[in-house]
Amino acid sequence: MSILDSKIPEGPLADKWTKHKNTINLVNPANKRNIDIIVVGTGLAGGSAAATLAELGYNVKTFCYSDSPRRAHSIAAQGGINAAKNYQGDGDSDYRLFYDTIKGGDYRSREANVYRLAEVSGNIIDQCVAQGVPFAREYGGLLDNRSFGGVLVSRTFYAKGQTGQQLLLGAYSAMNRQINRGKIQSFNRHEMLDLVKVDGKARGIIARNLVTGEIERHSAHAVVLATGGYGNVFYLSTNAMGSNVMAAWRAHRRGAFFANPCYTQIHPTCIPVSGDHQSKLTLMSESLRNDGRIWVPKRIEDVEAIRAGKLKPTQLSEEERDYYLERRYPAFGNLVPRDVASRAAKERCDAGYGVNKTGEAVYLDFAAAIQRYGKEKALTSGIHNPSKEEITKLGEEVIEAKYGNLFQMYEKIVDENPYKTPMMIYPAVHYTMGGLWVDYNLQTTIPGCYAAGEANFSDHGANRLGASALMQGLADGYFVLPYTIGDYLSHDIRTGKIPTDTPEFDEAEKHVKDRIEKLMGGSGQHSVDYYHKKLGKIMWNKCGMSRNEKDLKSAIDEIAALREDFWKNVKIPGTANSMNPELEKAGRVADFLELGELFAKDALDRNESCGGHFREESVEQEGEQKGEALRDDKNFKYVSAWEYKGEPKDAQLHKEDLVFENIELKTRSYK
Amino acid sequence: MNLTLKIWRQKDAASQGSIVDYQVKGIEGDMSFLEMLDVLNEQLITKGDDPVVFDHDCREGICGACSLQINGEPHGPDRLVTTCQLHMRKFNDGDTIYIEPFRAKAFPVVKDLMVDRSSFERIQQAGGYISVNTSGNTQDANAIPIPKEDADQAMDAATCIGCGACVAACRNASAMLFTSAKVSQYALLPQGQVEATDRVLAMVNQMDEEGFGNCTNTGACEIECPKGISLENIARMNREYLKASLKG
Repeated sequence: MSILDSKIPEGPLADKWTKHKNTINLVNPANKRNIDIIVVGTGLAGGSAAATLAELGYNVKTFCYSDSPRRAHSIAAQGGINAAKNYQGDGDSDYRLFYDTIKGGDYRSREANVYRLAEVSGNIIDQCVAQGVPFAREYGGLLDNRSFGGVLVSRTFYAKGQTGQQLLLGAYSAMNRQINRGKIQSFNRHEMLDLVKVDGKARGIIARNLVTGEIERHSAHAVVLATGGYGNVFYLSTNAMGSNVMAAWRAHRRGAFFANPCYTQIHPTCIPVSGDHQSKLTLMSESLRNDGRIWVPKRIEDVEAIRAGKLKPTQLSEEERDYYLERRYPAFGNLVPRDVASRAAKERCDAGYGVNKTGEAVYLDFAAAIQRYGKEKALTSGIHNPSKEEITKLGEEVIEAKYGNLFQMYEKIVDENPYKTPMMIYPAVHYTMGGLWVDYNLQTTIPGCYAAGEANFSDHGANRLGASALMQGLADGYFVLPYTIGDYLSHDIRTGKIPTDTPEFDEAEKHVKDRIEKLMGGSGQHSVDYYHKKLGKIMWNKCGMSRNEKDLKSAIDEIAALREDFWKNVKIPGTANSMNPELEKAGRVADFLELGELFAKDALDRNESCGGHFREESVEQEGEQKGEALRDDKNFKYVSAWEYKGEPKDAQLHKEDLVFENIELKTRSYK
Repeated sequence: MNLTLKIWRQKDAASQGSIVDYQVKGIEGDMSFLEMLDVLNEQLITKGDDPVVFDHDCREGICGACSLQINGEPHGPDRLVTTCQLHMRKFNDGDTIYIEPFRAKAFPVVKDLMVDRSSFERIQQAGGYISVNTSGNTQDANAIPIPKEDADQAMDAATCIGCGACVAACRNASAMLFTSAKVSQYALLPQGQVEATDRVLAMVNQMDEEGFGNCTNTGACEIECPKGISLENIARMNREYLKASLKG
């Protein structure tokens, strides 16, 4: 029997959440006033949780490293948010959203959690509209939807290409209302450096004031970590520069198990890398795959001519193009899930068909959509016998209305006009499905320490579907955590304020200060970025889109060696007791250097291909699925949860067996 | 390309600052402006000097963290971009570039090129929200149809990223474009109507208290805004404010 208790309620799938809510303990409003909660991270999950907990009456303290909660990286999510509203009448339901999410995640997530997510998805849209989130609407004034990868219905709500921004500003506005009421104290430009445990329970954090360098103690009855994902372990990713794993990793070191670290989402449609100076990668929303067609030339001579600048992609006829997703996956075409689309792009580029100088790019082409929309628009505008130019112009207007900001962003970065020539795209690290292990209540293995949003592992299995991150972040923060945390806090109504002048806080503060001192004391050979880039290269080459035993083993050794070098030779200018961005980066990279090794160890343990995790040793050998990823349910139908035991190589694996009672495990086919 | 940079260095809020000259070499056109500063910082760190501090995070033009007054213009010479999306191909070999923090009384310098924009936070806290609790049983999202044109205009106003370029561009350091964007978003939506009166009064009051200047319709803010927030929002806020004052 595993020591992991997922605490999934009894009863039929569709009744579990309602029943659970009806039977857990509540805290009376007068007692809530005496209970403090710390929320670290103010993105969709943290912001929505903080606002809701404050509305309920708890005293909330929020922490973020930016100068404002509004800058959390949820803001950069472009395409949309899923909800099973069935406004389009295309047969959508909670069950279908649940089914698509489980299947999309390649049967590596918990049924009960995912069903709850689908169940509250509609409430999220209601709540956001009530907050004044300006979702896209149709001419009749009702909400518009679009499609995303891996599904056959239109259930994605959006606000142009800035859906994450609008949802985050909604949560931020709800936070502001509570800040104005004095129920939230917002600590901006602060970073959590350790979790404080008292009698085994999470009772506070040690944070650094990033402006003054001061180390601060903050206590609470519970701590919520909503600190996002760890994609920056790859150095280059679509994450913000500051996105990091520190809070989650510090909690891991204090006893929170880390689940499925190897599950990473490599997003198929990002702007390709242009050179060594590059500091981050930019995503082009998956929504573009609604209208864009992905292709490379059929003939290698054409590829070479394009690279040499002698041929333009627009000069190639339909017959000379290989729309490889439509060819390989006729049922889903360009809208296959992200992991499938990414691997297919890598396959073509590895075979030599990449269309840019580095050989790592494919086309995303809107010419067909522009013509289609142009003709439609001409008809509805009463233009008879429109010329080709008129059609193109009208079509471009429609595309601009749908994706204008994305096209503008592309043009600014690449210096090419995507209305006239196809975009070039390549996969990039985007999201991490792994994270802190949590039970059904979103509690980690440390009592009183909760994890929400991308920081936990719970809902997306081995691959996340598009437009589901926003849904999960807000579901956790608005509709799950505020209920489940009350059950825990109902035992704390007589506890009283948690003092910070205790040995536990002394110990944690000393630990933090010693670590900073050690970082500052490096010999001064290389900058933090030097190490971060090296780590990124190891991760991308050996733990990236395609993994094998030999590379993973060498990655483990290389990362351990790099970590040792880092601690001896890192160079951090300035002082610890003032603003010092290099010191901030160093602390984050130090944790990435530990997480990276655990990541590789987890990938090595999982000798199957599932979702974003592709093991070269586990591939279908024959039949229609030949060459596709081969999942191994017999041996790997579990969540791997790692317990910290000192060095990452000593981490102990605990398995949570995944039980599927409502869904039949199938080969995930999008053909 | 090789460049001369003239950068504002200031140890902290209490210290005096000054312009310091730096040379950078081998800058490529594909680099963003911030990647060019990364090159400079790497150079400074190697020498054991203090790197230049500046705010930045998403580097895709949406978080609103990055700022910088580049050759006298917020976010530099290109239009409709933030500094992180400004590319070096907009500059020429041998150029001298002045890089300063956003300047305004309500944006005190924290260090070097980083400023304190918490005044913006307090304006939002004063009323930039709709008072609805999270219950799970607000009415259905489609219960109130909203004309597409209103929803689109609300969206256009809501795309403000809170970077402060409008303030830095304005000779009065006015925050009218920023404040009016939020007021407009809610004024255009039925959900925002209930608290419209209190909201505009509270937010404008806070804006004045923070020490931002008045609007004299120069229109500089609209030109420099990386998100193209329209001056019409200021006109709308003025109407809302007048309406509220008469009611109030």
